[in-house]
Amino acid sequence: MSEKGMFGIQGSGDTSGFGGLVNTTATIASTERPFGGYFDQVADDLERAYPLFSDAIEKVVVDRGELTLFVKRDRLFDVAKILRDQLRFEMCISVSGVHYPSESGRELHSVYSLLSITRNQRIRLEVCVSEKDPHLPSLVEVWAGTNWHERETYDMFGIIFDNHPGLTRILMPDDWSGFPQRKDYPLGGIEIEYKGATVPAPSERRSYK
Amino acid sequence: MTTFTDPYASSQETTEGRVYSVTGGDWDALVTEIGATKEERVVLNMGPQHPSTHGVLRLILELEGETITETRCGIGYLHTGIEKNTEFRNWTQGVTFVTRMDYLSPIFNETAYCLGVEKLLGITNDVTERATVIRVMMMEFNRISSHMVALGTGALELGALSPMIFAFREREKVLDIFELLSGLRMNMAYIRPGGLAQDLPDDALSKIKATVKDLRHSFKDNEKLLVGNSIFMKRTQGIGYLDLAGCTTLGITGPVLRATGLAWDLRKAQPYCGYENYEFDIPTTDSCDVYGRFLIRMQELEQSLRIIEQCVSKLEKLEGQPVMVADKKIAWPSQLSVGADGMGNSLNHIREIMGESMEALIHHFKLVTEGFRVPAGQVYTAIESPRGELGAHLVSDGGTRPYRVHFRDPSFNNLQSTAAMCEGGQISDVIAAVASIDPVMGGVDR
Repeated sequence: MSEKGMFGIQGSGDTSGFGGLVNTTATIASTERPFGGYFDQVADDLERAYPLFSDAIEKVVVDRGELTLFVKRDRLFDVAKILRDQLRFEMCISVSGVHYPSESGRELHSVYSLLSITRNQRIRLEVCVSEKDPHLPSLVEVWAGTNWHERETYDMFGIIFDNHPGLTRILMPDDWSGFPQRKDYPLGGIEIEYKGATVPAPSERRSYK
Repeated sequence: MTTFTDPYASSQETTEGRVYSVTGGDWDALVTEIGATKEERVVLNMGPQHPSTHGVLRLILELEGETITETRCGIGYLHTGIEKNTEFRNWTQGVTFVTRMDYLSPIFNETAYCLGVEKLLGITNDVTERATVIRVMMMEFNRISSHMVALGTGALELGALSPMIFAFREREKVLDIFELLSGLRMNMAYIRPGGLAQDLPDDALSKIKATVKDLRHSFKDNEKLLVGNSIFMKRTQGIGYLDLAGCTTLGITGPVLRATGLAWDLRKAQPYCGYENYEFDIPTTDSCDVYGRFLIRMQELEQSLRIIEQCVSKLEKLEGQPVMVADKKIAWPSQLSVGADGMGNSLNHIREIMGESMEALIHHFKLVTEGFRVPAGQVYTAIESPRGELGAHLVSDGGTRPYRVHFRDPSFNNLQSTAAMCEGGQISDVIAAVASIDPVMGGVDR
């Protein structure tokens, strides 16, 4: 991970985090069966309902009592549809992005939390794409409620959800450039214009140098 | 066309047609001018600074006469980058950020976040029972104060002024309890990873008992004003219809979902914080409309009081138990207390670190400035907030700061249903429908 320190502080011995901030990413290893709890049942049901299971699922991770299925992006739409129709995961509760700049070729992760009211179970889908080709199929057709969540993930991470009915920025202004939640996007750093006077970005202020 | 002189409603020609600005006052001139045009289709921009849009929500309504043909929400006016900011502070400081998201339910934001951090740390079972019971009690008090705003402002937006006055009177009593327990009325940062910021003051339980008794009595005032009120029912019954299929595909939870007849409440379905040990009911209605949602919120008040009473009797037995995990590598070193100049570090703690123990000072300094390390991984913790499922998706890279904090805020998700509830209805129904979702823009925009 390239990012070290904040506000231009170097080697000051400061422990507040601004100087010593080093982001390293640890990858969680894939889990072998048995997964425990209801996770085996979910995996079995999905394998039965979806013959291409072994091709679609890159890895399965069970960590801290939560199941994560890493899905290939080409298969995401099919897997989602089967999870909704046959495994009864009626709700896509949330879509969230995570940026791992150190994982080259799969820097951007899109994380889906699914909830089944019928089964009273939760699972998580994770899809990885690269910064150069940040395209994913949109799941709005499967769960209409992912509409705004995908717009937010696009707005913050620049992940492009293909076939989304209206993929525009949702929280940032329409003409904003850059994706604020990416790790290479600074905190602050935006010059603010207020009635003609400009407030310099934190990194440009003298006291931080 | 005549020259326009109304100071409250000026108009100008644009490439998209004539644009009228209205800010208040007498709109007669505007009505006359619009009436003179042949065009029936009007695009109405409502907000973001409109009092009945529940905060800085912008609604773009396409009207055919008075019927709404299309509704869109514009959000983001209150985006403050809280999620980004948490990545630059340690895990404990994150509480101070997330409490400001949905500002009407700060305790829920804090609890969802702290349950997530504790799950990442693997200390979920080490949190003392006393801390958990106080968390539950605070959450239920917060549910009351949040529902009070929902009911009060909801009725206010429909033109009923008195319910607002009674609701805020009740809310004030709850905020007094928050102030007594945490020192703050909003944005308390009271729930911390591993426990609580401080224990209850000595006279807390007796005051809580008195408040519960008082609230139970006073809730009846609003009930008498609204339940069965024919004007209120005409404005709300059959309005903002959203059935179970609509709720599931849109991911709607909370009172809106329970108004379809489905008793889905995470406190019962997927209990956390020991909710399985409390006796309470999940109120539902099957009307799928605004009135049903109001009834549910009103009935949930009584259920919250029931839970608080059970908390009080549990706390009486748990006197003297700590409110923070025993692990000194995680537990915040100082306890707060009220001094001459307000709330701050307790004098005993200051004495210890400044005058008695160098090691205690180093420990305090390391933990407060650097924080504790959280093992790498990700979790999603969900709790039932007053508005539905509040989820915290936390990712750690093994450092002392969050790698990613994402909040699945129920207001953000539920606001998507505005179009489904409003299209085909009238303008006045939009206000009722949005009020029944009870969106809090701080949570929507984060």
